[in-house]
Amino acid sequence: MEAFLHQVLSGLATGGIYASLALALVMIYQSTHHINFAQGEMAMFSTYLAWTMIAAGVSWWLAFVVTVLASFVIGMLIERFLIRPVEHAPVLTVVIVFIGLLVILNSVAGWIYSYTIKSFPSPFPAEPVLGGLMSAHELGAIGVTLVVLVLLYVFFQFTPLGLAMRATAQNPVSSRLVGIRVGWMLALGWGLAAAIGAVAGMMIAPVVYLDPNMMSGVLLYAFAAALLGGIDSPGGAVIGGFIVGVLENVMGAFVIGTELKLTIALILIISVLLVRPSGLFGRVIVSRV
Amino acid sequence: MSGKAPEAMPAAARVRLLPVLGLLLALALLCALPFVLSSYRTFQFTMALVYAIVLLGLNILTGYNGQISLGHGAFYAVGAYVAAILMDRYGVPYWATIPASGLVCLVFGYLFGLPALRLQGHYLALATFALAVAMPQLLKYKGIEAWTGGVQGIVILKPDPPAGLPFTQDQWLYLLTLAIATLMFALAWNLVHSRVGRALMAIRDHPVAAEAMGVNSAWFKSAAFGISAFYTGIAGALGAIVIQFVAPDSFTAVLSINFLVGVVIGGLASISGAIWGALFIQFVPNFADHISKAAPWAIYGIFLIAFAYVMPAGVAGFLRLMWTRARARWVRSL
Repeated sequence: MEAFLHQVLSGLATGGIYASLALALVMIYQSTHHINFAQGEMAMFSTYLAWTMIAAGVSWWLAFVVTVLASFVIGMLIERFLIRPVEHAPVLTVVIVFIGLLVILNSVAGWIYSYTIKSFPSPFPAEPVLGGLMSAHELGAIGVTLVVLVLLYVFFQFTPLGLAMRATAQNPVSSRLVGIRVGWMLALGWGLAAAIGAVAGMMIAPVVYLDPNMMSGVLLYAFAAALLGGIDSPGGAVIGGFIVGVLENVMGAFVIGTELKLTIALILIISVLLVRPSGLFGRVIVSRV
Repeated sequence: MSGKAPEAMPAAARVRLLPVLGLLLALALLCALPFVLSSYRTFQFTMALVYAIVLLGLNILTGYNGQISLGHGAFYAVGAYVAAILMDRYGVPYWATIPASGLVCLVFGYLFGLPALRLQGHYLALATFALAVAMPQLLKYKGIEAWTGGVQGIVILKPDPPAGLPFTQDQWLYLLTLAIATLMFALAWNLVHSRVGRALMAIRDHPVAAEAMGVNSAWFKSAAFGISAFYTGIAGALGAIVIQFVAPDSFTAVLSINFLVGVVIGGLASISGAIWGALFIQFVPNFADHISKAAPWAIYGIFLIAFAYVMPAGVAGFLRLMWTRARARWVRSL
């Protein structure tokens, strides 16, 4: 029983990280209806920025804040310069640009930092908490995820800018008519997604270690989480993230073994897309022909 | 034709003859290649031909039918493994494993195409991407280790040329691959320029109108998946025989991205594009490797985005444009 509880709790911790990344995906999907294949790579790159600062002697939390801000700016720049020209292009073109971005970020990180695996420090103490059921880092990661979620909720519900972003996501044409600068809202969405991704990256790096390919598995779980919760539902993405995290850990530990963990994500993605494409909390879209 | 001046006819006929002659000349040059190059270069060109077959298959699906696949590395892996297992565990001769791999992949691709029918655009890209990422883990799975050899993979022996032919092993493999590739190109050309090809393109361009015209969209789409996987499976088998080794970690998502790069650079919805794309993914990394281990991928990424912006029809589209212009000028000057 204790082993089971242990797996569930540590599943919640990784689930929180998947939830953050899934949230970043949903953020971009909502505003542009694109699935950002480079989201994981963007998070990885941000984490390297943080690592550089920490290695240079900057304190962990200062590096954290600077990284989140820098990622926000980089995310906006990517939208402005790379994504905007293909805004109305066919899906294939957009996917190609995303894959190109993934490849570039991955190779540039490899070029600058080499492909050797680095350890990434955790800001939380090393000793376990809750009577040994969880490490302090796992508890801290859940805490950080929850803080991010609350901040986002407050931002979207109670600030004029948040309202403008939601309006843009729902109806860009009418939003433009009431004076919202739609283009900048999209850039802002990208910036936020990059910042959330950076948080996720810095939380998962102490667990999976730092290397340019660290995110490929994490991204797959985040996709599964976003789809499970409903790709257009931020709340759903968070719940989906926690479900996927627990499922991955429990199934990996007790049912099919750790070697096939990624297959869980594959099966989850395909079955959600087949059985309930709108996810648990997403809207069902009916299109007219 | 009837309204045109009679003297315009022979000039036009001469112009149409040119591509055919060019094709024959190119084929003759390709046949001569292994006899002038070192065996390592011959190996490289053999692999380029193998990639060309993959890109051809991927192009039928993505270029002509508009279904995005980021998971063709997985079909390639299945083809390679079927060939390797048949040769290593069951002693099947190498030439017989090639069609067998193709058929297994045809079935696998058709079956994967059935659920994929319900997915479009980004979602299909996502599902196939998940397949590509999960593939190495599936191949390492303990339950099938008796066949796949687990992490170690399978080593295959290099086949000898048929008795009596004065070729080295590398030359023979090159010529065999060239023959199969030529056959596959001819098949793809005919497929694309037939009723089926028109149906595939109609589904890509306007699915509703295609349905209204009586095209069975569901059947054609899963068939396109099957055919595409068939091509990729054949290439996978050839690739395994040429490299003489299969292991799970050679079939990561990176391979699938490689194929996407090849299709985009070569030219979407273009038969000849497969050749340019294959040459690109085979030789550019070799040159770029000298700069840095990461350089090939940086170049890939930059090329991908640059082509998406300025040359969406790829190298083949660019060449076609140049050719059309040159021909127009020439015909006018006659």
